[in-house]
Amino acid sequence: MNLLQMFSYPFMQRALIAGVLVSLCAALLGVSLVLKRYSMIGDGLSHVSFGALAVAVALGITPLYFSIPVVILAAFWLLRMAGRPHWNSDAAVAAMSASALALGILVISRTTGMTTDVDNYMFGSVLAMSPTDVGLSVALCAAVLVLFLRYYHKLFAVTFDESFSRATGLRVDRYNTLLAILTALTIVLGMRMMGAMLISSLVIFPALTAMRLFNSFRGVVICAAVTAVVCFCAGLTISFAFSTPVGATVVVADLVLFLLSCAASALRRR
Amino acid sequence: MERNELIVCRDVSLGYEGQSVLTHLNLTIQAGDYLCVVGDNGSGKSTLLRGLLGLLAPQSGEIWRAEELRRGAVGYLPQQTRAQRDFPATVFEVVLSGCLNRPGTRFFYSAAQKSEALMNMGKLGILELKDQCYRDLSGGQQQRVLLSRALCAASRLLILDEPITGLDPAAAQDLYKTLSYLNEKEGMAVVMVTHDLKSALRGARTVLHIGRSSLFSGTVADYLASPQGRRFREAEQ
Repeated sequence: MNLLQMFSYPFMQRALIAGVLVSLCAALLGVSLVLKRYSMIGDGLSHVSFGALAVAVALGITPLYFSIPVVILAAFWLLRMAGRPHWNSDAAVAAMSASALALGILVISRTTGMTTDVDNYMFGSVLAMSPTDVGLSVALCAAVLVLFLRYYHKLFAVTFDESFSRATGLRVDRYNTLLAILTALTIVLGMRMMGAMLISSLVIFPALTAMRLFNSFRGVVICAAVTAVVCFCAGLTISFAFSTPVGATVVVADLVLFLLSCAASALRRR
Repeated sequence: MERNELIVCRDVSLGYEGQSVLTHLNLTIQAGDYLCVVGDNGSGKSTLLRGLLGLLAPQSGEIWRAEELRRGAVGYLPQQTRAQRDFPATVFEVVLSGCLNRPGTRFFYSAAQKSEALMNMGKLGILELKDQCYRDLSGGQQQRVLLSRALCAASRLLILDEPITGLDPAAAQDLYKTLSYLNEKEGMAVVMVTHDLKSALRGARTVLHIGRSSLFSGTVADYLASPQGRRFREAEQ
């Protein structure tokens, strides 16, 4: 039996656990990010994460220890920029992603050269998850779930209307910072399996799909979480069966579901 | 300090990054007031609201706010953002979020908060929209939803930033009627920034006109007789 055989490999078990958890976190955070018009931030952060990874490898540091703080700093900076009226935050994100990518490529070309490792950073590999990564993913996912449930109503208020929330005494900046840190962690952890170029789709697609189908915030959050997990499992299985790259396969699964949801909502509006 | 004063500004200057937008402003808002803030674009009306809400610290002078306002008990109706127009949330979810400033909201809203939200929705006639999606409503209905949410947050002061932007004339009239009702029957103080002088002045009792060089503050009758008000009257004729 093909499916059972698939999970007899330890690396597949690790990929499944870590992937499901990271997809779940990305989807929950993604609902807020997409609704706040911060979709590009996920993309920007993954590029920064790639740059940081390249530098860490060149310096001989464990990649995670270096890239996690760098990406968190970048997330802080991007959210600050997004809040400023005189700044074009679109442009800030675009400039930052391109610069980080360029820096990463420069460092790689002067040190290791374009090896399969680099290819894996860019486009992901199912073999990338070590037992430590799985442990980190479990911890991250637990943190995201606890914080999300604990502050669910406040996150809703801050996502829907920052000015009103601020006026009624909510500490909006604190929730934005929390969102930034958790997003940064999710992206760094998910990046090596999904690939720097593809990880941001885990943040964006489930939220977009859910927004087509549901009319309540709660419905959207639940649907996004379910969509993310289903798409990841489907993508991983297909990638194993047909030997396709896991990151790209998961993204295509997400895309297919998104297109179906568009069709469903178009039919409903008729 | 008298008990029914909600906000007192003494010789206040407000602005951003060292540049003052408003200078030497004296203003008192008392319980039950209905103040209409008018003025040209860029004259600092929204800046003033941010100051009154406590979101912007004055560069000089003092803004005194009553104890209950400092705890966040102020109803604010901000200008709608682009992101809100296609936001997937039910009317009930949006209105309930106005109750968040109460202490003790943990994982769930309490039954008291839910019934307060329902009561405020009833007051504005949107009870039957409870489970509808916010993005499917008309502009006037959306404004009512946001006003219900503001009522959940506050019992004494409503601050509105250009509430009729994007509303058709009938919906705007409805909104003014509702505001007058809340002001007269429930003693709610109302501070409103608006461009729509003619209708707004019908309900308001006092006017603050912020000009590029001059400030006017007084009753509606005084305002219409003042140089700033005369310019408006001439434009009307």
